[in-house]
Amino acid sequence: MTATTPHQVDLREPSGWRRAKNQFATGAMWFTFLCLLVPLGFVLVTVIAKGASAISWQFLTNGTIPPNILPANVGGMGAAVIGTLEITGFAAVMAIPLGILGAVYINEYGGNRPLSRLISFLSDVMTGVPSIVMGLFVFTIWVLHFGYSGLAGSFSLACLMLPIVIRSSYEMLRLVPNHLREASYALGATKARVTLTVVLPTAVGGIVSGALLAIARAAGETAPLIFTILTVEATNPDLFHGADTALSTQIFTNATQPYTGATDRAWGSALTLIAIAFILMIVARLVTARFNRYPR
Amino acid sequence: MEQPEQDVVEQTVSTRLPRLETTVKASSTTPGTTIFDVSNVSIYYGAFKAVTDVSLPIYEHEVTAFIGSSGSGKSTVLRALNRMNDLVPGARLEGTMTYRDADLYGRGVSATAVRRRIGMVFQKPNPFPKSIYDNVAYGPRINGQRNKAKLDEIVERSLRGAALWDEVKNRLRQSGLALSGGQAQRLCIARTIAVEPDVVLMDEPASALDPIATLAVEDLIRELKQNYTIVIVTHNMQQATRISDRTAFFSVLTDAKNDTRTGVLVEHGPTQQIFEDPQDSRTQAYVTGRIG
Repeated sequence: MTATTPHQVDLREPSGWRRAKNQFATGAMWFTFLCLLVPLGFVLVTVIAKGASAISWQFLTNGTIPPNILPANVGGMGAAVIGTLEITGFAAVMAIPLGILGAVYINEYGGNRPLSRLISFLSDVMTGVPSIVMGLFVFTIWVLHFGYSGLAGSFSLACLMLPIVIRSSYEMLRLVPNHLREASYALGATKARVTLTVVLPTAVGGIVSGALLAIARAAGETAPLIFTILTVEATNPDLFHGADTALSTQIFTNATQPYTGATDRAWGSALTLIAIAFILMIVARLVTARFNRYPR
Repeated sequence: MEQPEQDVVEQTVSTRLPRLETTVKASSTTPGTTIFDVSNVSIYYGAFKAVTDVSLPIYEHEVTAFIGSSGSGKSTVLRALNRMNDLVPGARLEGTMTYRDADLYGRGVSATAVRRRIGMVFQKPNPFPKSIYDNVAYGPRINGQRNKAKLDEIVERSLRGAALWDEVKNRLRQSGLALSGGQAQRLCIARTIAVEPDVVLMDEPASALDPIATLAVEDLIRELKQNYTIVIVTHNMQQATRISDRTAFFSVLTDAKNDTRTGVLVEHGPTQQIFEDPQDSRTQAYVTGRIG
């Protein structure tokens, strides 16, 4: 057999321009991937190297943040951890349901109506508003009348999260195939039923991970909190009254001090914040996996 | 010219499709109650007139097949029967369409209430991303059935009705998306009959299936005829002769002057008559395979 077919078919990629292009593109992708890893790696390595020594159980739970001149092993950042969780948590409670409802309206109900296009447009504009402007906005309409509070911080974080939640939820709802909606309508479901029992359950994995990404993003925001919570040194268990504190603003105030104790506290707080974001990401993955038991 | 064509028709029907005899005998009796009465219906999508002036009756406990080439409006008419076209922005209907003497498009008629009586199976199997059980229980649940024992009973009865029970009874909790194409389509049929509709509309239910799965679905359609009225759109003319009692042939009417196309109903009647003795030359051309 082989003797009668002296020319075996060459199935390799032909040499020349096509092969060169392919190799160049592959190389370029690896290069950009490695470039991307460099800042990420530096940030993680630096924060862990400098922050790990400051971290202790006492650092995470002791409620009184000491004056800047004292070393990092005195007192702790407990107040800021509680403040961050409270403020970000309440912001999430406000922004996530509102954002999901907004996305449901745009995608399921609004269609091409002017209101739907207006909401969509404004949420895109809102994404581009600098976070410090959100802080000033809340300062003007809330803090000037009712004083500093964790609640004011929650408001400004919620303003930041809202467009992210709307956009990510909208993209997820858009991915729900129309034939699933039709199947539900054909069984005599109303629009609300279709949305609640088919569209949202199908998109829930993506919506949840989008919402958790928004939380992680908001937890690290500093600028919107500067004008709204004032950043004090003691635990404030009341979210609604009195000045509060948060990890991100503590990083800012401590890192701008010349004292080594303050600098160590800033690194420790940074590591704590990254850890909180990391835990949220893991939760997001688990939740997504849990909801996608019946993937498409 | 006409004579040889006639021979071809008879040959096709009598030798290759032995089932036709039995199907036609069943319907040669006088038709039963009229379920749908479509008269002078035109359907528009925005400015586009998809279907022009369709009139036909559909009878109880029969399988009515809509055949015709693409763009002839057969799916559009089918989807008008349970108001699925309402979901298409800009869709509009002129003329009257009644269901058991009630005007389907009358004032105060709820599309939701219509669809609870008139179910639909789609071209592409579209199970929900839920378990097999939840797929079938979906319809009863949205209609307020919460009783676990009742739901179990409905799920089993519906899956048996769709000839799927034996294949899935040990894995009701598994995803409906894990089924093969033919099984998924029978799951969709089970889901449709779980709400005990009066009519089942089918939009090319077997066109995405292999021949064996197609036969399974066709057997099922013949079974379902005992309890339901079925209207089926099909591109497969042999399928129409195998399963339907009555056939309606749709065609595209092209207006070269204004460059518009619209679907029209050319002819309808008992399936055997449409395939063996069509009255219109367009029907004859289509069923003998000269066009389409």
